[in-house]
Amino acid sequence: MDQFTLNLIVVGSTFALYIGIAIWARAGTTSDYYAASRGVNPIVNGAATAADWMSAASFISMAGLIAFVGYGNSSFLMGWTGGYVLLALLLAPYLRKFGRFTVPEFIGDRFYSTTARITAVICLLVISITYVIGQMTGAGVAFSRFLEVQNTTGLLIASTVVFIYAVLGGMKGITYTQLAQYCVLITAYTIPAVFISLQLTGNPVPPLGLFSTHAESGLPLLSKLDQVLTELGFHDYTGHHGSTLNMFLFTLSLMVGTAGLPHVIIRFFTVPKVADARKSAGWALVFIALLYLTAPAVGAMAKLNIITTIYPDGTAAEPIRYDDRPDWMHNWEQTGLLAFEDKNDDGRIQYYNDRSEEFAPIAEARGWEGNEIVTFNQDILVLANPEIAQLPPWVLALIAAGGLAAALSTAAGLLLAISSAISHDLLKSVFAPNITDKQELLYARISMAFAIALATWLGLNPPGFAAQVVALAFGLAAATLFPALMMGIFSKKMNTHGAVAGMLVGLIATCLYIFTYLGWFFIPGTNMLANTQENWLFGISPLSFGAVGAMLNFATAIIVMKLTKAPPPEIQELVESIRVPRGAGAASDH
Amino acid sequence: MSLDKTAQAYWAANIRVITICLIIWAVVSFGFAILFRPLLAMLPITIGGVDLGFWFAQQGSILTFIVLIFYYTWYMNRLDRKFNVDEQ
Repeated sequence: MDQFTLNLIVVGSTFALYIGIAIWARAGTTSDYYAASRGVNPIVNGAATAADWMSAASFISMAGLIAFVGYGNSSFLMGWTGGYVLLALLLAPYLRKFGRFTVPEFIGDRFYSTTARITAVICLLVISITYVIGQMTGAGVAFSRFLEVQNTTGLLIASTVVFIYAVLGGMKGITYTQLAQYCVLITAYTIPAVFISLQLTGNPVPPLGLFSTHAESGLPLLSKLDQVLTELGFHDYTGHHGSTLNMFLFTLSLMVGTAGLPHVIIRFFTVPKVADARKSAGWALVFIALLYLTAPAVGAMAKLNIITTIYPDGTAAEPIRYDDRPDWMHNWEQTGLLAFEDKNDDGRIQYYNDRSEEFAPIAEARGWEGNEIVTFNQDILVLANPEIAQLPPWVLALIAAGGLAAALSTAAGLLLAISSAISHDLLKSVFAPNITDKQELLYARISMAFAIALATWLGLNPPGFAAQVVALAFGLAAATLFPALMMGIFSKKMNTHGAVAGMLVGLIATCLYIFTYLGWFFIPGTNMLANTQENWLFGISPLSFGAVGAMLNFATAIIVMKLTKAPPPEIQELVESIRVPRGAGAASDH
Repeated sequence: MSLDKTAQAYWAANIRVITICLIIWAVVSFGFAILFRPLLAMLPITIGGVDLGFWFAQQGSILTFIVLIFYYTWYMNRLDRKFNVDEQ
């Protein structure tokens, strides 16, 4: 059986599984549709949250993201996990006790104002829509790469599958498909990782392998990696080469942003009790850590493996001849993710840092005329792993299914956050408050269909800024929703004026700062200042600005609160009631 | 204790444990892995050939986060029962 047929069978059967789950988990009420009737086991919810959270980018690009920078990009590892501590301690249990369906609903009720609710809906839509574009394009790319279909066809197949289980099952359907998707993606990620770790270090556990001895050289793996990289003119892997301030702020932005993402928060509305919300956050982090502890190991090992493949006799000796390159390099050249150019016509592949001035004399002395791996896509480190480790073809098919599972599960969670904001926060609360539960369920399904159509259209016509939008989503979640939610719980005196002013200042300041350097609405050429460190305010990168936006939000809200009227007594009582767990069962019957 | 007093004492105890957990959260990530990495590197401890700060950046902080959440969960379940505000 050829690879294509095998991919088709494995991916096809996972899709059949997802649709089967959707039919089994049909939603009959709005409580089913928005919150899976609050009957989800906390460990199941943990796995679903992990799948919800880990996107196509986590699955395919995370290892490469770490490996191409080394220590400096540890921000992603700490930022995307540390946010769960904030969720578990500061938000999830209280929002679960409040016992409603959406994030804007909490903000609207707590700040007793439709303006606050609408502001939150706007923030939610900007965050979730920018985020979902990346997921849809990711699904399209995964399809076209593994199933040899056009990008467009791939995207349409992905939308159809999500349409079936999200429209039919709502949160209930999404939860149980996410559980299945988590199992698929973690298996697919772990198997090749175990083999590459065994091959390089003899240790079958990749995170332990990362900190053990490189079998071939007898040196610690990371020391060996530092050594070969510096010998080729690159930065060492474990060293710190960027700005400490930016690393600090970027990590903080990712943490706070993670805790403020609506599609993650609503997952905690599905568990039966307040205690379950805390426990569930812990399990979510365990399931996420299984991948996030493996990713840096895969990245470092794959990178070392590729370099030692190119320089089989050490970096001081001649690299391999182009004609002798392994089959997997040949295969991935076809996809355009890897490309060589024999600049000095010696028939060999020279891989080194041709931008390093210190290394230039060495390169010249060796007759090298430039780095000959002209395209080295970071995704290769994950995608080519099964072939590098010479694993059977079904492992590659599993990677295809895993990548698609990661993209679909995140897309579905985002689409639910978007559609419930439209049907519950806009239609039900503002435009048509008198509709029945059955009618609202219908509207929720129509909103979902609309959200999927919008996401598909955006995926087909990506606005050309896919890379930056994720930064915007995290920055905005950090600068708008997180502070409003936290102050709503921890400050009894926080009032509607403070919260709305804070959210608006956070939203506007973060957008302005990002647009100044990356262009108005990311349109190339419209940026007012070049995106370089010299131009940044206090040297703060636009990607790291979310943490600053959050501080501005807190500060504005507190100042405005001091100058305006205190919230009415019933609101202060509401805050007291969400602070204690007792009575969450009653709220779930709402 | 009156109901109001109980709720206040419960909340104060909760804020105390949250503060402690968040200090640890910040120390392992922002502290050990970023700001104090150079200091930590002066210790004669290495893991897998690199300094402790690198380990905290790529593994130690994540493992600590997991422990923190489960500790908080355990502690709060006990606190809920002690103040009689748990869900029945």
